[in-house]
Amino acid sequence: MDIFVQQVVSGLATGGIYGSLALALVMIYQATDVVNYAQGEMAMFSTYLAWTLINAGLPYWVAFAATLAIAFVGGLAIERVVIRPVENAPVLTIVIVCIGLLVILNSVAGWVYSYIQKPFPSPFPEKPIRIGNVFFGAHDLGALGVTLVVLLSLYVFFRYTTLGLAMRAAAQNPVSSRLCGIRVGWMLAVGWGLAALVGAVAGMMVAPVVFLDPNMMGGILIYAFASATLGGFTSPGGAVLGGLIVGVIENLVGTYVRFIGTELKLTVALAVILVVLIVKPSGLFGRAAVHRV
Amino acid sequence: MSGAGLRRAVVLAAVVVACVLPFVLSNFRLFQFTQVFIYAIALLGLNILTGFNGQISLGHGAFYAVGAYTTAIMIDKWNVPYGWTIPVAGLLCLVVGFLFGIPALRLEGLYLALATFALALAIPQILKYFEHWTGGSQGIVLSKPRAPFGLTLNPDQWLYFVTLGVLLVLFVLAANLLSRRTGRAIVAIRDNPIAAQAMGVNNALYKSLTFGVSAAYTGVAGALSAVAIAFVAPDTFNVFLSITFLVGIVIGGLASISGAVFGALFIQFVPNWAQDISKAAPWAIYGIFLITFMYAMPRGIAGSLRLVLGRLARLSGGTRRVA
Repeated sequence: MDIFVQQVVSGLATGGIYGSLALALVMIYQATDVVNYAQGEMAMFSTYLAWTLINAGLPYWVAFAATLAIAFVGGLAIERVVIRPVENAPVLTIVIVCIGLLVILNSVAGWVYSYIQKPFPSPFPEKPIRIGNVFFGAHDLGALGVTLVVLLSLYVFFRYTTLGLAMRAAAQNPVSSRLCGIRVGWMLAVGWGLAALVGAVAGMMVAPVVFLDPNMMGGILIYAFASATLGGFTSPGGAVLGGLIVGVIENLVGTYVRFIGTELKLTVALAVILVVLIVKPSGLFGRAAVHRV
Repeated sequence: MSGAGLRRAVVLAAVVVACVLPFVLSNFRLFQFTQVFIYAIALLGLNILTGFNGQISLGHGAFYAVGAYTTAIMIDKWNVPYGWTIPVAGLLCLVVGFLFGIPALRLEGLYLALATFALALAIPQILKYFEHWTGGSQGIVLSKPRAPFGLTLNPDQWLYFVTLGVLLVLFVLAANLLSRRTGRAIVAIRDNPIAAQAMGVNNALYKSLTFGVSAAYTGVAGALSAVAIAFVAPDTFNVFLSITFLVGIVIGGLASISGAVFGALFIQFVPNWAQDISKAAPWAIYGIFLITFMYAMPRGIAGSLRLVLGRLARLSGGTRRVA
């Protein structure tokens, strides 16, 4: 039972990371109908920037905040420069451009920082926290906390600020929003910026666990895809919940199902994606897509 | 000379050059060209699916792996002559691709890309898991086949001709498939699935069959690569292999048969040159080419060449028309 609780909590911690990355994917998908394959690499790149800042002697949380700012501007710039020219292009074009972005970020990170794994500091104490008979990793709890804070602030931003409202309007009905005086193009760019920021948080929270290297987000991205698919690509809340569910499932399956263990982890994510897409393509909380013929 | 005649002449010249190459090039260069032909087959397979049929696959490395491992396991475990393993690998991939194509029917563009991307990421793990068959992370080592019938060719030359032969057969088959009724149905589904259905095309059947044929081509390429390299290991079939194929068809030319050859030349030789700059440089170049081609030359090298050749033919024919 103790092991079970431990595994659930540590599943929630990784699930929070999957959930935030899934949320970043969903934010971009809702605003621009693009599934951003480069989301993981953007997060990885931000984490490397954070590593540089921390190594330059900045305190962790200052570096953290600075990285978020850089990630936001970076995401904004990527939308303006790379994505905007192909905004109305066929799906294939957009997928290819995103893949192009993925390999550029991946290789530039490898070029600048080399492919050797680097340790990344955690801001939380190493000593596990004991509640009753159960021990929890401090980083797990901290990461979960940070993720929840980010998600909550995003919720408040979209729900209670004018800018948030404008962004939701731009995503829902670009033409009418433009007629109301909302600068739709810029709203989409801000959406990319915010997605990059959320991704950066996920990257910095997962890096102490998986170590920093240019390919570190590959496995996490596929789990984020699984989370977004499970929750529904049209539902931000669903994506986060999907992430938590997937994180817990991953941990429990890894612990209790002998033949899967850790060796087939990615295959579990593949199975989740395929099953959801076949059984309920809109996900648990998404709307079914409707097309005008 | 008419456009079609010109094209036929170019193809013939290319085949003649390809037949002379083994007697002038070093074995190492020859091996590189063998690899080009193998890539060309795989790219043609992916192009049939993605370029002609409009189903986006980011996971064709998986079918390449299935083909390679089929051949490797048959040779290693059951001592089957390699010549027999290649069609078996193709058939197996046809079935696997057809089966994967059935759930893919329900997935539109982005979702299919997603599912295949996940497949590409997961395949090395799956290969390592079935260690008893695949030899785990160690992979399987094979030996290079010799030339049969007392031919005075060294193994590299022989493999070169085998691959060239398979390539030519498969290209002719694809050209015939795509230029006739079936091909028009495949393209119609890409351009407007609803209209295609209304015209009496069985979308579901054609889409899953296209998936199967595409996987079979890529599987044959994988099988040939296992024979040519004489080694298979799970980590060579990672997600970047699938992305390499995507790079190949984009650069070569989407929905173009000759584009597969240009794409294969690109993905074989450009990384070799770029490797000298940095280990990461090939991929940086791939990325930049992917994006700039999408902006500037969405029809790839083949499409741009066709444009130029078409203009030349019109000029030399003297019949200038106002386009």
